[in-house]
Amino acid sequence: MRMKSALAAAAIVALAAGCGSGGGDKGGSAAGKPGEPVKLNFLSLAWQKESVAANKQIVDEWNKANPTIQVTYVQGSWDNVNDQLVTQFAGGTAPDVIHNDSPALSGFASDGYLLDLSDKLPAELKSDIPQKSWDTVTFDDGKGKQGVYGVPFLQESQVIIANKKLLDGAGVRIPTPDNPWTWDEFSAAAKKMTKGDAFGVAWPMKSPVNKSLNLALNFGGTFFQTVDGKTTVKVGPEEKEVLQRIHDQLYKDKSADPAALGQGTADPLPAFYAGKFALLPAGVYLRQQVAEQAPKGFEWVTLPPLKGTTTDQGAVSQTLSVAQDSKHPDEALKFISYFLNPTNQAKLAKGDWLLPTSVKAAADPSMTTKENGWDVATASAKNLVVAPFLKVNGFDEWKSKVATPALQEYFANKISIDDVAKKLVDDGNKVLERYQR
Amino acid sequence: MTVTTRGGAAGLRRVPQYLALLAYVVFLAFPLLWLLSTALKTPREMALADPTWIPREPTLANFADAFGEQDLVGAATRSLVVALASSVITVVISLPAAYAIARYRGLVNRIAIGWVLVSQVFPFILIIIPLFMILRDLELVNTLPGLVVVHVTFTLPFALWMLQGYVRAVPAELEEAAAMDGAGRIRTIVGVVAPLLAPGVVATLLFAFISSWNEFLFALVILQDPDVMTLPLTLVRFTGPEGVARLGPLAAASLMATIPSLIFFAIIQRRLKSGLMAGAVKG
Repeated sequence: MRMKSALAAAAIVALAAGCGSGGGDKGGSAAGKPGEPVKLNFLSLAWQKESVAANKQIVDEWNKANPTIQVTYVQGSWDNVNDQLVTQFAGGTAPDVIHNDSPALSGFASDGYLLDLSDKLPAELKSDIPQKSWDTVTFDDGKGKQGVYGVPFLQESQVIIANKKLLDGAGVRIPTPDNPWTWDEFSAAAKKMTKGDAFGVAWPMKSPVNKSLNLALNFGGTFFQTVDGKTTVKVGPEEKEVLQRIHDQLYKDKSADPAALGQGTADPLPAFYAGKFALLPAGVYLRQQVAEQAPKGFEWVTLPPLKGTTTDQGAVSQTLSVAQDSKHPDEALKFISYFLNPTNQAKLAKGDWLLPTSVKAAADPSMTTKENGWDVATASAKNLVVAPFLKVNGFDEWKSKVATPALQEYFANKISIDDVAKKLVDDGNKVLERYQR
Repeated sequence: MTVTTRGGAAGLRRVPQYLALLAYVVFLAFPLLWLLSTALKTPREMALADPTWIPREPTLANFADAFGEQDLVGAATRSLVVALASSVITVVISLPAAYAIARYRGLVNRIAIGWVLVSQVFPFILIIIPLFMILRDLELVNTLPGLVVVHVTFTLPFALWMLQGYVRAVPAELEEAAAMDGAGRIRTIVGVVAPLLAPGVVATLLFAFISSWNEFLFALVILQDPDVMTLPLTLVRFTGPEGVARLGPLAAASLMATIPSLIFFAIIQRRLKSGLMAGAVKG
């Protein structure tokens, strides 16, 4: 019935000239007749004002300098990009150049939707980005061969945004990138800053998984292990360490603001500005909101990542990939190489308040200035290693169905550390098993 | 005097009713007022721990950003075209079908109604890829007519269900009376049934319009060219990952997005008022 209706409506709509068609080609790149420029569609997920402006500026510069390869800038959204791409990949109409993040590439790569760039990357681009960043975009193609399915260009680390007045008032040692706080020092500082109605720290844990897993690497916690090609969930002492420490701040030390626990990443900011707590562990990009919103006279600083047995943190990258079905993969890669040259990467990183993967971009003065904590943020890139979960088939389902509710219960003090470990392992392995049959 | 006292007492009795009504109006208006308030605030004021209703330093910067960064007028025009076309086509198709289902009872009729209901339980996400393939083969991907086809297809079952209820509410005696007076089937439908169905048609039109105006998922996968994108696709560009958003421009753009719906509703709401049927078969 729906199809009949659709066809009937299609006939009527075809007559409805008032609708106008706009476009009408099948998406993706145009074939490019002789004498006509090659046309590429670039799906960008930039959303901050400065970042969108930087993206548009770079595309405009490219289009002016390359009349034979014209790029159309298409703005998408992080919230829905994978729904959009699944359909467009299946229909063969995906954009030529695709902005995404590295965890999403694994599935698309093994389904054959993304072009393997291993042998196509220009030497200059390849050498400007460290191998550990390339590792975040190296995946199995579904047939046992490893390939590079994107160019990593922006990364996020977890730093601590601090109320300077409360920090100075506590008389604690101010950490530096070369001499960061250990978790013990952090806990002691948070306790010291807990006075009256003010707490030392706030942990917004509405989405607790990525933060917990990335920080767990401080103590060597990987949460997954692969033996004889089979991946299982592992929650031992290393994995429990950070979970337990955060839990202790909430319920033992009582140095963490309980009001922030159920909040999303940016939600505690009004309370932060009001001095309700002193320290906010957050991704480096949150500095943008603080810089924009903080009341006049409010002083804040960025503190470097914490140290457990190491300062390692799990990293994912924002990436640019080429669709397997693109009719102009070479031109798409030329555009990517230009788009991600060191000068442009510095602009993009500045626009998104993230860390560039380009070594040369990271040395740009705008990335190392003390203003708004850029020096500390950029220095934290050295702590980033490939997030172990990045290459686990079934991680997304484990994260949403098992880990998120289990960790939320644990941080709400409804279950013990052993209970959460059991849930993560037992229920998690059932999920992973399905992906490994 | 007695009348005045009685009137006063009646007025007093109505006070709680008016208070309840006022509370309900405030409840309904709250999101819109909060949207307006947010749209006029600076980022700093939006982040106050104690939120303010009336902006301390009202600014139009959010509107300037929203309109400066995105083609909101173009997107709203396209959304309007799609929503109007979808709602009109939906009603044109579903009205005769609803009449047939309501008036001619039999096995086919029951199967049709059953199928309409069953079609509502399919999650859209399950059929989006096959639907996309069909539209691609019809060369309707990345076109507004393609989106209209999809909106009509998905609004039609519920519109049909709504309208057949309205048709059933029109007494068959009216049609019989018209027939007795010598009116043929077409004349009866056009001259007698159609005017009585006006409120139902308007309600269905409104339902189809709002469904299409707000629709996001199909527009997201079907429209790929920035020049054909509709308003919901434009609004989402102010949001980032993990629920972080540029609240000011988003509120300003969302406020603008509600205006065409409000105008459309204001124009046709008079028609929604029932009462046309009152007394139709009396005496």
